[in-house]
Amino acid sequence: MALKIVKGSIDRMFDKNLQDLVRGIRNHKEDEAKYISTCIDEIKQELKQDNIAVKANAVCKLTYLQMLGYDVSWAAFNIVEVMSSSKFTYKRIGYLAASQCFHESTDVIMLTTNQIRKDLSSPNQYDTGVALTGLSCFVTPDLARDLANDIMTLMSHTKPYIRKKAVLIMYKVFLKYPESLRPAFPRLKEKLEDPDPGVQSAAVNVICELARRNPKNYLSLAPLFFKLMTSSTNNWVLIKIIKLFGALTPLEPRLVYSCVHVVKYLGLLAMSKILKTHPKSVQSHKDLILQCLDDKDESIRLRALDLLYGMVSKKNLMEIVKKLMLHVDKAEGTTYRDELLTKIIDICSQSNYQYITNFEWYISILVELTRLEGTRHGHLIASQMLDVAIRVKAIRAFAVAQMATLLDNAHLLTGNMQRNGICEVLYAAAWICGEFSEHLENPMQTLEAMLRPKVATLPGHIQAVYVQNAAKLFATVLKSQEGNTDSTAAQETSQLMIDRLPLFVQSANLEVQERASCILQLVKYIQKLQQKDVEIAEEVNALFAGELNPVAPKAQKKVPVPEGLDLDAWINEPPSESESEDEQPKAIFAKEEPKHSRPRHTEVDEKELARRREARKQEQANNPFYIKASPSSQKVYQDTPGVEHIPVVQIDLSVPLKVPGLPMSDQYVKLEEERRQKERAEKKKKEKKKRKEKRSGRGKKHDSGPESEEDITPAHQVDIVTEEMPEVNSLDILYFVPLADSEKLPVRSHRETPKSPAEDGDTENAALQEPKKKSTKEKREKKKDKDRDRKVYDIQGNLQDGSQVVVSVIFENKGDSFLKSMEFNVLDSLNSKLQRPDGSGPHDGLTVPFQLPPGVSNEARFVFTVQSIIMPQKLKGTLTFIVKNEDSSTHEKLDFKLHFTCTSYLITTPCYSDAFAKLLESGDLKGSSVRLEGVNMPFHHLLARICFHHHFSVVERIDSCASMYSRSIQGHHVCLLVKTSGQTVSIDAKCDEPTLLGNVLDEIKQTFSQC
Amino acid sequence: MIKAILIFNNHGKPRLIRFYQYFAEDMQQQIIRETFHLVSKRDDNVCNFLEGGSLIGGSDYKLIYRHYATLYFVFCVDSSESELGILDLIQVFVETLDKCFENVCELDLIFHMDKVHYILQEVVMGGMVLETNMNEIVAQVENKISPSGGLSAAPARAVSAVKNMNLPEIPRNINIGDINIKVPSLSPF
Repeated sequence: MALKIVKGSIDRMFDKNLQDLVRGIRNHKEDEAKYISTCIDEIKQELKQDNIAVKANAVCKLTYLQMLGYDVSWAAFNIVEVMSSSKFTYKRIGYLAASQCFHESTDVIMLTTNQIRKDLSSPNQYDTGVALTGLSCFVTPDLARDLANDIMTLMSHTKPYIRKKAVLIMYKVFLKYPESLRPAFPRLKEKLEDPDPGVQSAAVNVICELARRNPKNYLSLAPLFFKLMTSSTNNWVLIKIIKLFGALTPLEPRLVYSCVHVVKYLGLLAMSKILKTHPKSVQSHKDLILQCLDDKDESIRLRALDLLYGMVSKKNLMEIVKKLMLHVDKAEGTTYRDELLTKIIDICSQSNYQYITNFEWYISILVELTRLEGTRHGHLIASQMLDVAIRVKAIRAFAVAQMATLLDNAHLLTGNMQRNGICEVLYAAAWICGEFSEHLENPMQTLEAMLRPKVATLPGHIQAVYVQNAAKLFATVLKSQEGNTDSTAAQETSQLMIDRLPLFVQSANLEVQERASCILQLVKYIQKLQQKDVEIAEEVNALFAGELNPVAPKAQKKVPVPEGLDLDAWINEPPSESESEDEQPKAIFAKEEPKHSRPRHTEVDEKELARRREARKQEQANNPFYIKASPSSQKVYQDTPGVEHIPVVQIDLSVPLKVPGLPMSDQYVKLEEERRQKERAEKKKKEKKKRKEKRSGRGKKHDSGPESEEDITPAHQVDIVTEEMPEVNSLDILYFVPLADSEKLPVRSHRETPKSPAEDGDTENAALQEPKKKSTKEKREKKKDKDRDRKVYDIQGNLQDGSQVVVSVIFENKGDSFLKSMEFNVLDSLNSKLQRPDGSGPHDGLTVPFQLPPGVSNEARFVFTVQSIIMPQKLKGTLTFIVKNEDSSTHEKLDFKLHFTCTSYLITTPCYSDAFAKLLESGDLKGSSVRLEGVNMPFHHLLARICFHHHFSVVERIDSCASMYSRSIQGHHVCLLVKTSGQTVSIDAKCDEPTLLGNVLDEIKQTFSQC
Repeated sequence: MIKAILIFNNHGKPRLIRFYQYFAEDMQQQIIRETFHLVSKRDDNVCNFLEGGSLIGGSDYKLIYRHYATLYFVFCVDSSESELGILDLIQVFVETLDKCFENVCELDLIFHMDKVHYILQEVVMGGMVLETNMNEIVAQVENKISPSGGLSAAPARAVSAVKNMNLPEIPRNINIGDINIKVPSLSPF
């Protein structure tokens, strides 16, 4: 037996295997057919042998030939032989061959029945698996009939691998032997809920195939599939189920829905993409999309909403919104309803109410929306009401009437008040009624409504508006009553105020308190005057006279420059150089004068800033036209005409109206001025934006409006319109461009500076560093003893540990002798210590873990602990080693010094300009400066050199001025401002550690003195 | 149902054929030729679906194919299969091959047709999709190859080692440079 196996193996050695066959065919491209026919002859010989391995090999080759189009059915019996091999590898070859070339009319298939049954019941799951796989390809009606039972049993096999194969093959069995379907079906159905997703998927697969042939028998499974569809995460299963539903829907139309909703979602998604490019084509499907709003599926509805937003036009807006309003009423669940609400508002307000033709309609929509319970978008509605009422003059009467009703019925809203933000609407209502009180039909009634005790339960900011606007209303009421010559009525009104206001004076909210007490006092005074029969209505009204006008941030652009006004001409003498520098942080129109833009100077210190601030304040105080908005002084007496032509666009009234103004006083203006100035200065620093103060023809200076649209704080929002329009500048922002490619820093290379032996060991370091690498590297090299040994070292700051420095030393043996037993030792200083392994003394050397044959170099790393990094240091050290020649060996020693410069503790750290500015502003840094004369190199080279040698990174650079940043391993910030003019370079530096800074500057100076 | 899976190269040379419906050998070759003809004249940037050829199936059948470097993977399916699903399946299959052969290339398919078949058997069985989870497929393939590859394959390996040492044709065989084109990283569509 053993002999036989050996013989078999030897035989096989001379047989071709599949790879040999493939190779052979490829090498006989010209006479392929001939070659293959000899191969087939060989295979025939091999098949005649007893050895099953040889047979299997032959069958494997036949499978390949079959692919090339050769008929191999003559070997069917041999294939069956190989299939019945007990060895899995051979069996697999047999089954593969069978599945490739057996078919129903292959007569030997009859012989396989028992073998297959044996394999199916094999304890080895892989035997079973391979039999199932093979059978799936060549199952005949006979095989199906004979094996159906065995396969059914396998459907409940313990291994999911077998289960899923068995389930799948059942389809083939059903096809060939339909009688098996009925008994097998319950089990198949069971498999739909198999714990293994693979088996589940197989069952779905089979049922889908079956249902395709005869859908109506599978309708009953629809609920089960529906459940699967919603729960399965397997895409295949989903696809199959949708396909199945596709087959079932002709019989059960209700299924269309479930299947369609997946498709619908995708469709809507696709449409929204199309909408962006081809709005017209989507608009024609408006009705369809509106229908989708009725869909049960929330995600579909939300998609449809998105689409609607893009579809509205003047014509269909009302219709669409009407539909949406219906949905709002129907909608359950606040999320979707809130979504609807915001969408309605979005749709209506988009592009500046472009599509609204009737604002009365819009106001009533808004009022209707306030009826929504529990929405959190009260604020949104409120801001819309305000916006419309302010900007659409014609609508005010209507709006005021609506708002008055709203106020009157405020108690209807109070239910939701605490829970949700719908009461925000009252804020708008109160403000509108107060501000436009002249349109009120019955101001007295509204006034009373606003002073109801219940109001005290409203949130503070709303109460504040109530109080303030009650005062406005009071003024209006007073006016009408005085006209009536019925002084008692007027006095009664005052009394009402005096009675009700104390409630607010006691408010916990400061804003409310302040306003209430102020107004209460005012009313008391008025009452006094009334009692003396003084007509005061006029004066009271003057408190609130004039119109509020929102000004868009870009309004200035739209104002034509008057003829004869040259905005670029100097009004005064051009300020001196230094002054202009002072002005720069304020503003620069980058486009006009890009040359002037430069980063903030680090030396502009607090004092200087304060001085300038003072000066400007003075200037503004003296400027009669300089009026600034303040959050508490929205109103300005303002009877001057010429306001109408100011475009009123785009305002966001979210907040500014919160605090309708107390009468404006100079003091207020001034305070606000200061506050804003400070804020602006900060912003400027932060954003590195420059603005130029524009000078008008008459020399009036207006401060600019908001810095940029995105960082507008509401207090700045509405600038007051005076005769001179405030310059609401659109802010030309100068972004500092990063270094261009040409300015990129040099790449690190090992610089070797050979020194004479005399200098040995004490060479100055040449710090080389890769700019982007966060490590410090220093190199030096030494030569000694007729170039016997050479060392190059790096010093790297360890980022993880602020007190560790890694020195990598490259040892190179330049002599002809063998160096061994090298010991590296450094004389520790108080500050810096070589880290030695535990247990060794403080003066022990470290063994270098390698030997150096002639001409070989290797690197060793040593770790030093450094306590203070603010001073540079030199450490003396020795390297001892044994020089081994052919005949002798000597012990030698090499002295060296390691120079730890301060820059070697710096780590190139990128810094963003805003962080940089913040750092400078923090005031924690101490300054110092240095001047370098006779530096003759382009500025970017200079910067590159500093970056490269001293591990700085450029924060920003403008012309001949650049700010740079670096960080020490212990976290000291080092900031530089480098300026150049001619051959002189001045470096102003700031650092939180003056000693470190001084040393770094010295080192920088040294670097440049060397070149 | 999947009716056939064909893998052939840019010249129409079959690298693997798997019919799940019986066709005689000459018919199979004809189908390969026809399919190659249909598929190869299409640009790479047109869609991956093709209404079936006349030989296989007819109107209900579609060819869904993907072209990777030198190889076309063509699945001939009927309407019960989702086009995108099959497209994804091809990707899964190719990625599995890539995992099993470690950077699969056409040569792997040429010399290890049997192994490719065994991998395919774990993906599609009798024309129906068996498994779409690549990890599952790879696990099964490895399970089956390693136990068999262990003991029983040892003598076979020894044999092939001896062969490779002695046979004079080996050097000649090594410089088959023309087809050693790797399937590049299998980019998704």
